[in-house]
Amino acid sequence: MPEPLLSVRDLVVEFPTRRGVLRALDKVSFDIAEGEVLGMVGESGAGKSLTGAAIIGLLEPPGRIAGGEIWLRGERIDNLAREKMRRIRGRRIGMVFQDPLTSLNPLYTVAEQLTETIRTHIDVSEKEARKRAIALLDRVGIPAASRRIDDYPHHFSGGMRQRVVIALALAAEPELVIADEPTTALDVSVQAQIIDVLKEICAERGASVMLITHDMGVIAETADRVAVLYAGRLAEIGPVRDVIQAAEHPYTVGLMGSIPTLTQTADRLTQIPGAMPRLNAIPTGCAFNPRCTRVMDRCRIDRPELAARPGGRQVSCWLYDTAMEAADG
Amino acid sequence: MIAFILRRLVQSVIVMLTVALVAFSLFRFVGDPIASMVGQETTLAERAELREALGLNDPFIVQFWSFVARAATGDFGISYRLQQPVMELILSRLPATLELALVSGILAFLFGVGFGVYTALRRGNWLSGSIMTISLIGVSLPTFLIGVLLIWVFAVELQWLPSFGRGDTVYIGDWWRTGLLTESGRASLILPAITLGLYQMTLIMRLVRAEMLEVLRTDYIKFARARGLSNRAVHFGHALKNTLVPVITITGLQMGSIIAFSIITETVFQWPGVGALFIRSVQFVDVPVMAAYLMLIALVFVVINLVVDLLYYAVDPRLRVDRANARH
Ligand SMILES: Nc1ncnc2c1ncn2[C@@H]1O[C@H](COP(=O)(O)OP(=O)(O)OP(=O)(O)O)[C@@H](O)[C@H]1O
Ligand code: SF4
Ligand SMILES: [Mg+2]
Repeated sequence: MPEPLLSVRDLVVEFPTRRGVLRALDKVSFDIAEGEVLGMVGESGAGKSLTGAAIIGLLEPPGRIAGGEIWLRGERIDNLAREKMRRIRGRRIGMVFQDPLTSLNPLYTVAEQLTETIRTHIDVSEKEARKRAIALLDRVGIPAASRRIDDYPHHFSGGMRQRVVIALALAAEPELVIADEPTTALDVSVQAQIIDVLKEICAERGASVMLITHDMGVIAETADRVAVLYAGRLAEIGPVRDVIQAAEHPYTVGLMGSIPTLTQTADRLTQIPGAMPRLNAIPTGCAFNPRCTRVMDRCRIDRPELAARPGGRQVSCWLYDTAMEAADG
Repeated sequence: MIAFILRRLVQSVIVMLTVALVAFSLFRFVGDPIASMVGQETTLAERAELREALGLNDPFIVQFWSFVARAATGDFGISYRLQQPVMELILSRLPATLELALVSGILAFLFGVGFGVYTALRRGNWLSGSIMTISLIGVSLPTFLIGVLLIWVFAVELQWLPSFGRGDTVYIGDWWRTGLLTESGRASLILPAITLGLYQMTLIMRLVRAEMLEVLRTDYIKFARARGLSNRAVHFGHALKNTLVPVITITGLQMGSIIAFSIITETVFQWPGVGALFIRSVQFVDVPVMAAYLMLIALVFVVINLVVDLLYYAVDPRLRVDRANARH
C-alpha cells in the first residue's frame, strides 16, 4: 500500500478547564490517500471541526493536542515549530470554512487577498501573482474574473464569495484541502455547484480533500471514503458505498436511516433517539451505549477499539469483535 | 457622496445656530453689557442712549440675527476686560492651544494604538498587565492632579522640564506664534501635552485593545491564518486595519474634547492659550470672549465630526458602495 498523504494516529485533543480536562477527540486515527476525498460526518459537537483545526495547527487555546501524531507525506507535523507549521498552512494544507460571508476581510479587495496569499508562499512578482489570481478566479467560476478581481468581498453574492474562498484556499496549490461544511451557510440552489467546483479542481490538481459535512447526500456523491465521528471517537470508517449501503456500527446504521432519499426531503442527522453525551459525561465503555439498540453488558465496561473489517473498513464496536465472533461461530 | 456631504453640512449649520443661540443668551442673561462698558459716572440717559445705539432694544430675533451675521464674519465685538477685538484676542492665543491639542492628540493616538495592540496581542504577560493597571490609574486620576504630579516630579524634583508657560516662541507667517521650533518651546510642551493627552490615550488604548481582541476572533482572521500568512501580516495587515475603522471615529471625536478640556491643563501650566483666556473671562464676566469661545469650540467639534465622517468613508469600502447603490 502506498504511503498515505495524511495520516492521523491516535489523535487526542483536550481542553483543560477548571473542572477537569475535557477530552474532545479521543484516539482518532485515519488516513487520507493521495487524491482521495474523505468525508467526515457526525452530529454537532462530535469533533469534526476540531479534527480539521488540529491537522492544520490552528486549535484555539486552551485546546491542545494531548496525544497522538499527525503525518503529512511522511513528515510529522503535529509538533512542528510555529513558523514551520505556518509555511505548511495554505501551501500544503488549505482550508475552506463554513461561512463565506465572514471568511473574507471586508477591507481588502479580492485581488489583494489573493495575491497576498500567493506571494506569501510562492516567489513570484506582483504581476505574475495577479495573473495567477485571475486564472484561479476564472477557474472557480467567477464570471469576468479580470474585472471582478478588484471588487471588494461585499460586491459578491454568498455563492460567489465561497468560490472566492475556495480560490484563496487553493491559491498556493495545497496537497490537501480541509473543507469544513463549505456549503452549510449557502443557499440550497448553489450548494451543489460549490461542491462540484471544489471537487473538480482538487481532482484536476490531484489534491486530497477532507470534506466535513452534515449532508449524507453530499458524502454519497462526492466522497471516496467516509469517517463517522461520535463524541470525539471514530465509530466507523470505510469506502463510501459500503458504509452507506451496509453500515456496521449501530450509530452509523442509525445515521444512514436519516439519509434523505430522492422522494423524501432531508432531515438532519438526529433521528436516533437520545442525544450525544456532553464531553464531561461520556459514559464508560462504548460512548454510544446509552443510545444503542444492540447494547451488551460489555459495552458499558470496556471501550471498543477501532478494528479492521473486511473490505478496507474499520469499526469500533463490540459486535464485530473478532475474538467474540470466533467464539460464537 | 455629494448628497451625504450636503446633508452633513446642513446638520452642522443647525448645530452652530443652536450654539449661537446659547452664546447669544449669555449677553442677555449674564450681567448687563451696558454696565460692563460704561464707567460709574455715566448718567441714566446716556446709558439708555447707548442701549438704543447698540440695538439692545430691538426685538430678540433681530438682535440674534445681527449677532449671527457678525459672528459669521468673525466679529464678536470688543472684550469688556481687555478692550480689544475678541477675534484678535482669540486668534493670538489659538496657536498655543492648537499646538498643545495637536501634540497631545497625536501622542494619545500613537501610544493608545501602540499599547492597545500590544496588550491585545500579548494578553497575560506581565508587561501588558502592568500597562493595563497603570492605564486604570490614568483614567481615574483627575487631569489637574496628573498635571500637578508631573510638575512636582519632572519640574520641581528632577528639574528636567519647565513647569509653566510656552518657552520661547517664533512667528510663522503673520500671526501664528509657534513653540515647536525652539528648544525651550518643545521642552515646555512635553508636560502639558502628556497631562492633556493621558486620559484620551488610555481611552484609545482600551478601545483598541477591546476592538482588536474582537477582530482577532473573527472568521477572516482565522482564514488569514489558515492561508499561512505571517503573524505580522495577520496582526498588522488584517487585524489592525479592521480595528482602526471604529477607532478613527472615536479618536477624531476626542480631538474636540482635547481642545475643550485644554482649559484645565492650560490653567495648571499657565499655558497662554484660549482655554486660559476663557477662564479669565469667566472670572471677569467678559461675555463677548465667553460667547466667542463657545462658538469656537462648537465649530471645532462640528468640523472634526465632518472630517471624521469623510475619513470613515475613505477607510471602509462597504460604506462607499452602499451610498453609491442607494443613489441609483
Ligand atoms: N474552547 C472550548 N472549551 C471546551 N470545549 C470545547 C471548546 N471548543 C470546542 N469544544 C468542544 O469540542 C467539541 C467538538 O467541537 P467541534 O467544533 O469540533 O464540533 P463539530 O463536530 O465541528 O460540530 P458542528 O457540526 O456543530 O460544527 C464540542 O463538544 C465542543 O463543546
Ligand atoms: S459497542 Fe456496544 S454499545 Fe457500542 S455500538 Fe457496539 S453494540 Fe452498541
Ligand atoms: Mg464544526
